[in-house]
Amino acid sequence: MSEVIKLKKGFNINLAGKAATQLAEHTPETVAIKFDDFPGLYRPKILVKEGDAVKAGAPLFFDKAIEKVIYASPVSGEVVAVKRGEKRKPIEIVILCDKTTEYVEHRKFTISDIASMSAEDALNHMVGSGVWPQVVQRPYAIVADPDVAPKNIFISTFDTSPLAPDYDFLFKGQEQYFQAGIDVLRKVGKCDVHIGLNAGAEVSKVFGGVKNAKLHKFIGPHPAGNVGVQIHHIDPINKGDVVWTLHPYGVIQIGKLFMEGRYDASKTIAVVGSEVKQPQYYRTVLGANISKLVAGNLKSDHVRYISGNVLCGQKIAADGHIGFYDHMLTVIPEGDKPRFFLTDGWLAPIAKRLSFHRALGLLSFLNGSNKEYVLDTSTNGEERAFVATGTFEQVVPMDILPMHLIKAILANDYDGMEALGIYEVAEEDLALCEFIDVSKQPIQQIIREGINMMRES
Amino acid sequence: MNFLHHLLEKQRPLFEKGGKFERFYYVFEAAETFMFTPPSTTPARGTQIRDAIDLKRMMMTVVVAMLPCLIYGMWNAGHQHYLAIGQEADFMTKFMLGLKHTLPIILVAYAAGGLVETVFAVMRKHPINEGFLVTGMLIPLVMPITIPLWQVAVATIFAVLVAKEVFGGTGMNILNVALTARAFLYFAYPTDISGSVWTLLDGASTVDGYSGATALAIIAETSTAQGSGFTPGAAVAALNGTSWAPGLFSFENLFMGAIPGSIGETSTLMCLIGAAILIATGVGSWKIIVSVFAGAYLTGLLVNAVAVNAYMDLPAHYHLVIGGLAFGAVFMATDPVSAAHTETGKWIYGFFIGFFTVIIRVFNPAYPEGIMLAILLMNVFAPLIDYYVVQANKNRRLSRATV
Repeated sequence: MSEVIKLKKGFNINLAGKAATQLAEHTPETVAIKFDDFPGLYRPKILVKEGDAVKAGAPLFFDKAIEKVIYASPVSGEVVAVKRGEKRKPIEIVILCDKTTEYVEHRKFTISDIASMSAEDALNHMVGSGVWPQVVQRPYAIVADPDVAPKNIFISTFDTSPLAPDYDFLFKGQEQYFQAGIDVLRKVGKCDVHIGLNAGAEVSKVFGGVKNAKLHKFIGPHPAGNVGVQIHHIDPINKGDVVWTLHPYGVIQIGKLFMEGRYDASKTIAVVGSEVKQPQYYRTVLGANISKLVAGNLKSDHVRYISGNVLCGQKIAADGHIGFYDHMLTVIPEGDKPRFFLTDGWLAPIAKRLSFHRALGLLSFLNGSNKEYVLDTSTNGEERAFVATGTFEQVVPMDILPMHLIKAILANDYDGMEALGIYEVAEEDLALCEFIDVSKQPIQQIIREGINMMRES
Repeated sequence: MNFLHHLLEKQRPLFEKGGKFERFYYVFEAAETFMFTPPSTTPARGTQIRDAIDLKRMMMTVVVAMLPCLIYGMWNAGHQHYLAIGQEADFMTKFMLGLKHTLPIILVAYAAGGLVETVFAVMRKHPINEGFLVTGMLIPLVMPITIPLWQVAVATIFAVLVAKEVFGGTGMNILNVALTARAFLYFAYPTDISGSVWTLLDGASTVDGYSGATALAIIAETSTAQGSGFTPGAAVAALNGTSWAPGLFSFENLFMGAIPGSIGETSTLMCLIGAAILIATGVGSWKIIVSVFAGAYLTGLLVNAVAVNAYMDLPAHYHLVIGGLAFGAVFMATDPVSAAHTETGKWIYGFFIGFFTVIIRVFNPAYPEGIMLAILLMNVFAPLIDYYVVQANKNRRLSRATV
C-alpha cells in the first residue's frame, strides 16, 4: 500500500439530515432511465415502445455512436412512457415494475472461469448485458468506448460530498462481487486497477482486502473522494490518454453479472437532507420513483428534491426518479423567500449561515466545526462578472488553475483549455467552485460546454 | 419588512418585458436586490446550494475596511487646518470641519460614478455592478481636501468611463479605476492636486513659517538643494527640522498620519487596521500587501547602499510611512480585477509595485509620489505576469504527456 496522500485544499459542507445507519425496503411503482444522465450520448436509438413488456436486463436503447453497448431495463415490467421533448429529443423511458422481477438469464461464471476466459469474451458479455454504462471514461466523463483501451482504471471507494452515503454500509457483504468485478475489469482493461481508499476512516471491510488492484489512501476535505482528484494524484490524464472510472456500485454490478448470471440493478440509496423526517437508507432499484420515499416523510412541503448530492445533483419532481449514477436523494428547502438586507440579508452580521468566505463567516468559528447547517436553494445573490480571484484555487486540490480554465472555455480557446487541464476534470471536480463563487456563475455548466467543445473539435 | 417587499413586487410588471419602464429593468433590479435577497433559486442542474456571500457583501467589506482611514482623514483635515492657522481646537471641532468638507466629495464621487454605471447598465442591458461601492469611496480618499467638487465629478466620470466601461465594465478593467481618477486630475489639473493643496486654509492667515509641503516634497527639495555633495542623514534632519510645527514629520507622526496629504492616505496605522480587516475577512490578498511593503523596504535598503544624494540616503523604513504607500498597498494594489490573478503572480506584482514606488520617488524629480504610477504601471504588466505563471502550469501538464 502506498502512503497516505494528504489533500489540504477543499471544503466540507456539513449539512443537517444525515442518514441513520438503518435500512428499509422500498419497492417503487415505476422506474425510469433518463437520457440526460448520460451526457455523452450521441444519438440514442430506442428499442421499446409504450406497452412493451420487458425483463430486467432487456435492452431499452443504444447509442448510434457505440452500437454494441446496450442500456438495459433495471426491472421487469411494462414500458408505460417513452417521453420526448422538443424536436423529439428523448427525455426518459418509464417502466411500470412487476411484483416479482424476471431477469434476462446470462451464463454464470465461477471465479476460475473468470480467470480463464478471454478478455474479448468478457467485454462482449459486459456490453451486451447492461452493465457497461457504469464504465465512465475520462477525459470527458462519458460512457466509455469499449473499443478504446484504457491506460488505467480508477475506483474511488468513498464519497466526501455533503450528506454522502457511507459506502461500507451501502455495499455491506458484497466483497465477493466487488472482487469478481475487479478481476473482470483488470482482464477487460488489460491495465492496472487503482482503488482510492479513505484514510480518514476505519479500513473498509468491503474494499480494504481487495486483491489484484493497487490501493491508494486519501485524506482531506471534499472533493478528496472524487475520482478525478484521485486520478490527478495517482497518474494524471495527459493528452491522448483514456482512463476508465467506476463507482463501486458498477464494479459490484459487473461482479454480480458474472457470478449470478443476471443484470442486477438493485441498489441501496440514502434519503437525506434537512427536510426529511427520518433520513436513512433504503434498498430499492436503479432509477426508482421517489414518491413513496417522500410521502409522509417530510417536515415541510416547499422543498426541492435532488437526485444525488447538493453540489452536483439534479432537481427532480416529487414523483420523479433517481438518476442512473446517483445513490442518494437529498431534500432541502426551496430558497425563494426574500430576506431584508439589514436583518438577514447581505449586509447583516450573520454567523449562522454557511460561507466559505470569511467576509461573511468571520464569526462562524463560534458555531464550532460540528455545526450542521440547513441550506436552501437561494442563490444568495445575482450573477455577476468574475471579480474575486484566488478563491477557486483553494477548493480544487489539483495543480489546475480553475479560473483560467473557465475563462479559456468562455473564450472558446481550445489550445488553452487543453493546456489548462480540461481532460482532467468533470463537472463534479469544480462543483465547489460553483458553490463558493461570489459572482454566482454556472461553473459546472461551463465545464460541460468546454468538454463538449473538445469532443466536437 | 414584508410590506416593503410586496410594494416592490407590485412595481415589477412595469419594469419587466413589455412594461412601461422596460428599459430601466436593471435600475429596478438594483434597488430591489439591494434591499432584499433576490427570489432566484439555483437551476435544476448544477450546484443546488450556494454560499451565503455575494459580491455586494464583499465590496462592502472593503468599504468597511476604509472607514478607519476615512474617519481619521476627516479629523486630520480639521487638525491640519487648525495647526496651520495656529489655533487650538478640540477633537469634535476638527472632525466636524473635516466632515463638512469631505462629505460633499464622497457624495459627488458616488453620484457621478453611480450615474455612469446606471447609464451603461440601461444601455447595455446588464445589471448595475457593485464595484462602484468601492470606487466611490476610494476616489475621495485619494483627493486633497481642497479639491473643487466639479473636478471630483469630472475625474470620476472619466475614470469609470475610460478605465472601466470601455473595457466592458466591472471585472474587465485593466487599470485601477480610482487611481485613474487621481492620475487624470494629476495630469489635467496639476495645480489643484499638487503643491500646497493638502491643507484646508479657507482663506485664514497662517502661522509664521507655514509651509504646506508634504514630507515627500521636503525630502525631494532637500535632495535637490544638496545635490551629490550630501550629508548623511540630511533627509531625516530636514523632516525633523521644519520649524512651523515641531515634530510634524517625526517618524512617529508620519506613522500616525497627522500630516498634510490626501484625505485618507496619510495614516499608515489606519491603513494597517484596514489591512487587518481585509486580511481577516480574506477579501484582500495578504500576499500583495506584504510584497508591496517588502518590495519598497528592500528597494529602500538597496538605494541606501549606493546612496549618492540625500533622497537615496533616506532610511528605508521611512519609505513605508511617507506618502501613500500604505494606502496604495492595502486598498489599491489589492484590487482583484486589475492586480495579478494568479497566486504566484501576486507576489511578483506586489513586489514590483513596492520597487517602482521607491525608484520613482528617488529618481524621478517630476513626481514626488511614486505609488500611484507604480500601481498603474503594474496594472498594465499584471496580465503579462499571469501569462508566465499560467504558462508554467501549462508546461508542467505538457511535460507529463508522452504523445
